[in-house]
Amino acid sequence: MSRITVKVDGGGYTDDVEPRTLLVHYLREQLGKTGTVVGCDTGNCGACTVLLDGRSVKSCSMFAVQADGHEITTIEGLATDGQLHPMQQAFHENHALQCGYCTPGMIMQSIDLLADNPDPTDDEVRLGLEGNLCRCTGYQNIVRAVRAAAAAGGAR
Amino acid sequence: MIPAAFDYYAPTSVDEALALLREHDDAKVLAGGQSLMPVLRLRLAAPEVIVDLGRIEALRGIRDDGEALVIGAMTPHSVVQADPSIAEHAKLISLAAAAIGDPQVRHRGTFGGSLAHADPAADLPAVVVALDAEMVIQGPDGRRTVGAADFFEGVFTTTLSEDELLVEIRVPKYTGWGAHYEKFSRVAQQWPIVAVAAAVRLDGGTIAEARVGLSNMGSIPIRATAVEQALVGQPATAEAVRAAAARAADGTSPPTDLNGDAEYRRHLASVLTRRAVLSAAGAG
Amino acid sequence: MTTTQERPAAEVGNPRRRKEDARLITGRTRWTDNVVLPGMLHLAMVRSPFAHARITGIDTEAARSSSGVVAVLTGADLAEEQGGLPFAWTATPEQKAPAHPSIAVDTVNFAAEIVAVVVARSAAEANDAADLVDVDYEELPAALDLKAAAADEVLAHPDLGTNVSARFNFDSAEAGTGGDVDAAIAAARDGGIVIEREYRQQRLIPAFMEPRSIVADPTGEQLTVWSSTQVPHFVKIFIALVLGIPEHKIRVIAPDVGGGFGGKLQFTPEEVLTVIAARRTGKPCKYSETRSESLQAAHHGRDQWQKLTLAADRDGTVRGLKVELLANMGAYLGLVSAGIPILGAFMYNGIYKFPAYRLTCTNVFTNKTWTDAYRGAGRPEATFAVERLMDELAAEVGVDPLEIRERNWIKHEEFPFTTVSGMHYDSGNYEAATAKAKGLFGYDDLRAEQQRRRESGDPVQLGIGISTYTEMCGLAPSRWLGSMGYVGGGWEHASIRMLPTGKVEVITGTSPHGQGHETAWSQIVADRLGVPFEDVEVLHGDTQVSARGLDTYGSRSLAIGGMAVLAAADKVIEKAKPIAAQLLEANADDLEYTGGRFGVRGTEAGMSLAELAFAVFQGHKLDGGAERSLDADATLEPDDFSFPHGTHLCAAEVDTETGAVTIRSYVSVDDVGNVINPVIVEGQVHGGVAQGIGQALFEEAVHDESGTLVTGSFDAYLVAAAPDLPSFVTARTETPATTNQLGVKGVGEAGTIASTPAVVNAVVDAVRHLGVSDVEMPCTPYRVWKALQEGAKS
Repeated sequence: MSRITVKVDGGGYTDDVEPRTLLVHYLREQLGKTGTVVGCDTGNCGACTVLLDGRSVKSCSMFAVQADGHEITTIEGLATDGQLHPMQQAFHENHALQCGYCTPGMIMQSIDLLADNPDPTDDEVRLGLEGNLCRCTGYQNIVRAVRAAAAAGGAR
Repeated sequence: MIPAAFDYYAPTSVDEALALLREHDDAKVLAGGQSLMPVLRLRLAAPEVIVDLGRIEALRGIRDDGEALVIGAMTPHSVVQADPSIAEHAKLISLAAAAIGDPQVRHRGTFGGSLAHADPAADLPAVVVALDAEMVIQGPDGRRTVGAADFFEGVFTTTLSEDELLVEIRVPKYTGWGAHYEKFSRVAQQWPIVAVAAAVRLDGGTIAEARVGLSNMGSIPIRATAVEQALVGQPATAEAVRAAAARAADGTSPPTDLNGDAEYRRHLASVLTRRAVLSAAGAG
Repeated sequence: MTTTQERPAAEVGNPRRRKEDARLITGRTRWTDNVVLPGMLHLAMVRSPFAHARITGIDTEAARSSSGVVAVLTGADLAEEQGGLPFAWTATPEQKAPAHPSIAVDTVNFAAEIVAVVVARSAAEANDAADLVDVDYEELPAALDLKAAAADEVLAHPDLGTNVSARFNFDSAEAGTGGDVDAAIAAARDGGIVIEREYRQQRLIPAFMEPRSIVADPTGEQLTVWSSTQVPHFVKIFIALVLGIPEHKIRVIAPDVGGGFGGKLQFTPEEVLTVIAARRTGKPCKYSETRSESLQAAHHGRDQWQKLTLAADRDGTVRGLKVELLANMGAYLGLVSAGIPILGAFMYNGIYKFPAYRLTCTNVFTNKTWTDAYRGAGRPEATFAVERLMDELAAEVGVDPLEIRERNWIKHEEFPFTTVSGMHYDSGNYEAATAKAKGLFGYDDLRAEQQRRRESGDPVQLGIGISTYTEMCGLAPSRWLGSMGYVGGGWEHASIRMLPTGKVEVITGTSPHGQGHETAWSQIVADRLGVPFEDVEVLHGDTQVSARGLDTYGSRSLAIGGMAVLAAADKVIEKAKPIAAQLLEANADDLEYTGGRFGVRGTEAGMSLAELAFAVFQGHKLDGGAERSLDADATLEPDDFSFPHGTHLCAAEVDTETGAVTIRSYVSVDDVGNVINPVIVEGQVHGGVAQGIGQALFEEAVHDESGTLVTGSFDAYLVAAAPDLPSFVTARTETPATTNQLGVKGVGEAGTIASTPAVVNAVVDAVRHLGVSDVEMPCTPYRVWKALQEGAKS
């Protein structure tokens, strides 16, 4: 067991973890942050994407011990005081989700995308989401949502 | 999905890391982990010890030592991709780094990690080979430097021995060179079927020097020297480049898989080389 | 001709944003894998690496003594207890099927079949112990190639004596729905046109994003099972039938379910084994599959060979179509495996007036993962065949492929129309959809550009692909299903509960997993009852709440389930009316119900449904005989299928140097009848088209010569990501269905059915002048390039 101290969605946690525990499993099973989900075992799908110190990572592709001393934001930490993040709002307004399983990762990566490029074109959005798979939407409304969020100042 | 148990070490210096590697026979180095993690999750490997280089600050960063750019092995791809000095002096690296995996992977994956992993279909190995980079390796007896062409020995194997680490990569400056990275895959996220890394220096309308590297055309990245030689002194025109690029697959023995057989890859190599060189020359 | 009611003003047709989103965009979700119960144990499966092998020994000792392990179960342990997995479709009375155990007892018949189950305190410990289970196999010859298997070269199940499960026939001459196809072909050979083609429908994997997960909780009097399934009602019945647990002691919950596409229309070995583990240990048990397991072991789709013979006059008027089909069942029959080709069998004539038609279908066993429903299920295969053939016919006749279609399709004034396969098309307007699509696409300009590129020898050629499709939706009238050998019915159920405060609970027997029923059903009820959209809550997916239902698949939910909801709402009003009359001291005949209120005609007097609900709750003022409830149930049996249709146009660029295909533009005009929610409809089309493009260009389940799935991860099974797909231009025409009161048709599968042939037709059209008349799917750059090499030789 290794002891780690992390900040997740604004809350501080100190926990003992097995070194082999993936960050996503730590979030889901030890912290109950089940909003972040697992969609594959090869790092392709991006469903587990969270922000580590503000940048997107696949939480299946790092160990919880590697997050020691870092700050993590999950889908559950986006809304503040009951106000949806502009990206969440844009996904809703633009029907950018159907089953919703890829949605947490898709929203987190979309936020990262706007951090790099606050006013992306359609193609830039598509490329920026290349590491996130969705089987329901054909991506069109996701692209629309990200651009709408950009227009609404979603790069906050 | 759950790796087998292991002991975890996160040294904060290279010496400490090397000592750990000496101490443990069955240790794997974690250098970003974007290739290693899937292997562990699928339990295709179950090392007893993981030595994570992620907390060695000395291995991160890019500096210009005058003659060359020096890229710390643990510098993430996203940093390499956005670095202005690399964009100025080794544009090919910026372009190839931007083509690796996806944004999340580029945030965690590292320059040295990718090279040491030596996947024949990876983006960076062909680039460092094309650019004649030097691989700086640290082991129990200190540092040694190997040319990129001598670093790669086979599929997932390099000249690194078990108790050595790739610590930095020295890239000669290609200031003013044009560059292009042409990656051919079926879907965006896929490993390339074939990729071509090209850099050219123009003198007027004439190609004065050229560097061409091929990815996934064999068990190791390949320098297309026949093309490079054929290009020198040629005008940067479609016909001239086409003739030179026809030699791209000379001496290669590319793999056959679901995405294409060897013959198709040889064909692709020449088409993609032509396109890469023309783009690098600003004539694409 | 149509009985469609007037479009209600407020909610139906409104592009409402979905109610479901609130939890899904904030992570407050209820996936099965989120369920954690006190004392819960975790399962890990040991699966066969071989496609066909005898199990000669299993050593579980090391696993049993591994940390945290509670039990290790093998087929020998469970031989009796596990029962046999069911199939629900019998294609012919003579159908052969092997026994289908959840865990292999002595032989394994496909790679990834379960051979041992480890039950442990944690998932990690279960995985660790699973690695220690030592299984000895004696490899057996495996039947892997479909055509070879059909010839019984190697037997997948030697004890069956053959690989042929069933041979199913439909002949229009015998059925009295058309002429004799052999005569039509013979006549065409003499001066007409005969087109003979063979197409492969490659094996696909549904690849829903949420891997399957099951929790079984034996605590208390009842067994509660959470499962990531499309069919909780099926799962409940089959747990009872297979494991002998009384049906009334079982509760099945499908909470939030992350996609299905037919892939979760199944009763699975993993469900059986998780329930058994819970029953044996007395503890809640959870199994969540990995993606690799999901790709290998969850059922696959398609996998057919189609041999097609089309007879036509020289002018392109089709005289007959003969279809000889080989359908790969894989190792076992799943719930509707045997029926998938049958669902396609009646759609090979598409939107056309073929005078003669015959289909013969052979269902064949192999040693591969079993196949079953995947989005479209039989109909994409049929549509692909006929739409590819129409392009081939156009090329042969030398006219534009749209013209050849128009020459053969059913004119809008000819509806209703009974097709050569005996289906009753109630409505449609192919001319309108096609005209609209052509306009949006810029058809003539693209044809001109194509011509220019051909003439200039551009290395990048342009192709235009057409698909004028129809499909049968709304599975289905129970009588039809029964006549086709399906064991279940096709009705759907709904209940409405009027709560004392005037809020409304709608309980549906459909089980959505991304379709947005909570929103769409709310719209239907809000209009019908005249209550606010926000006051309606739709409950589903829990057999304790939704006691009756047949779940969600086959584009049936709206046309049948939505209609059941509407019927229940009507019953609420019917039930409320005499009570309102009594309380208002009026004659029931003088009451009219509008805007959520009973009004007495010609007066100001009236009472809202909410007021009535409260009065009924109190019961004080009601007559003694009046039931103190406004709640109503409705079970709806559809009269017939519905038949959405449309025209999809695809412009694809083919890089003749590399073989790469890029979709430049894609236009769909779909006629799905009346629309409850246009935003949801558009989303369904987008996703459906994307999956159809996936079949055309990217996806294929490939096995090596030993039967191992080499595309067993998302590294190799290529699900398109955002950069791999174009933006789609979507539009609609609205020809209301006449077979249901809402005039709706169904939209879940339309995009998938339509798009695959549109894309492949575009690819072939781009390079036909270079000697290419077909490219096998998926049209990878390598395959396109090879076809061009072959074309150059010919």
